[in-house]
Amino acid sequence: MAPALDGPVQAALVQYLLRLGDDRLVLGHRLSEWCGHAPILEEDIALANIALDLVGQATLFLGLAGAAEAAGRDADALAYLREAIDFRNVLLAELPKGDFAFTIVRQFLFSVAAYYRLEGLATSSHGDLAGIAGKALKETRYHVRHSGEWVIRLGDGTSESHTRTQAALDALWRYTGEMFLADDVDATLVRAGVIPDLATAEPKWLAQVTGVIERATLAVPPSGYMQRGGRTGRHTEHLGIMLAEMQILQRSYPGAKW
Amino acid sequence: MVAAAHDLAAVWATLEGVPDPEVPVLSVVELGIVRDVEVDADGRLTVSITPTYSGCPALQVIEHDIRDALARGGWPDARLRTVYSPVWTTDWIGADARRKLEAYGIAPPPGRAPRDSGRDDLVLLQRRVPPVACPYCGSHATTMRSVFGPTACKAVMYCDQCRQPFELFKAI
Ligand SMILES: [Zn+2]
Repeated sequence: MAPALDGPVQAALVQYLLRLGDDRLVLGHRLSEWCGHAPILEEDIALANIALDLVGQATLFLGLAGAAEAAGRDADALAYLREAIDFRNVLLAELPKGDFAFTIVRQFLFSVAAYYRLEGLATSSHGDLAGIAGKALKETRYHVRHSGEWVIRLGDGTSESHTRTQAALDALWRYTGEMFLADDVDATLVRAGVIPDLATAEPKWLAQVTGVIERATLAVPPSGYMQRGGRTGRHTEHLGIMLAEMQILQRSYPGAKW
Repeated sequence: MVAAAHDLAAVWATLEGVPDPEVPVLSVVELGIVRDVEVDADGRLTVSITPTYSGCPALQVIEHDIRDALARGGWPDARLRTVYSPVWTTDWIGADARRKLEAYGIAPPPGRAPRDSGRDDLVLLQRRVPPVACPYCGSHATTMRSVFGPTACKAVMYCDQCRQPFELFKAI
């Protein structure tokens, strides 16, 4: 059961859960765009499965956010009836799916970060958050392995696949820093003992990601300026377009079920 | 109805008759989806269930089937409660259930679920999984074609001996 939290901690928890949920909802939707379009059948099924895991995780985290918010919004209301400015996902998740290399590299960079965050959250003092994170962790282990193996195959594959994978890595690198930004929301929850301090997630991520990039005969992009904004609702133009498609049915026919 | 009126053994027996929609050879009890059956302070029956995968589309069907079976068994006002810990694992699938899976043509989970702490070998490239026996011919000359199969819980395998594709229940 959820422990009784005082106001500011409760508000921080809602924000934190929205971030977890929105990252997965938006990335899951992007992955689902491959359904019927992936290079081979097995990959079509794999990407659809990973998308399903992510949307499922989003449903659980957003459901928990709605319960913590206690304003009568369930996971569906949060997913379908919020504006882009209210979404809290990292920019990395909302970028258009690009080519297969771009999708795979993004999935790898995201999944490894998610893995180390969930590993910490599985020890949360908030029982439901810990349980959902623990389940998501098991699923994410498969996502890391799947996307990581592809990064190695593509990077150490043909000159065409190598070039495209390096290009994807170079384009995506500046969006990775946002996954590790910690602000007042994180600090409030750490202070209240709801979540552990996740400061070690970034060095663990970098070590894991660097190892795979090197095995893939690719180059780790130089560190530099990192994009940010998603956590505070400042998104790229791509999110609005994606939401228009994702939300149109519930916006046009509120409460529609089938 | 008072608490003592519930025959919990009969409730469990009823739940053992509810098949999983995607693996109908196993019941929701054998899969470990039903975690607990108890009588609340108000005398109503509460059945605790846990999801297998976060996005398992069968969960809603499972909830419906459980309510339906309980209503038919004489517990129309039973509550369903979703619990998240402990986290569901294929380690809960017992020896009998594993034999049923194999007889049905699905290879049971190979070995115990991987542990998630202090690992640095997240990306393996080689499929160092324990050898999986083909459920049709028993050969261990099998290879994994795709970790992701037709449902979240299954991988796609291929038997090099009898040249049949088959499904594997992933260890998780
Ligand atoms: Zn065989």
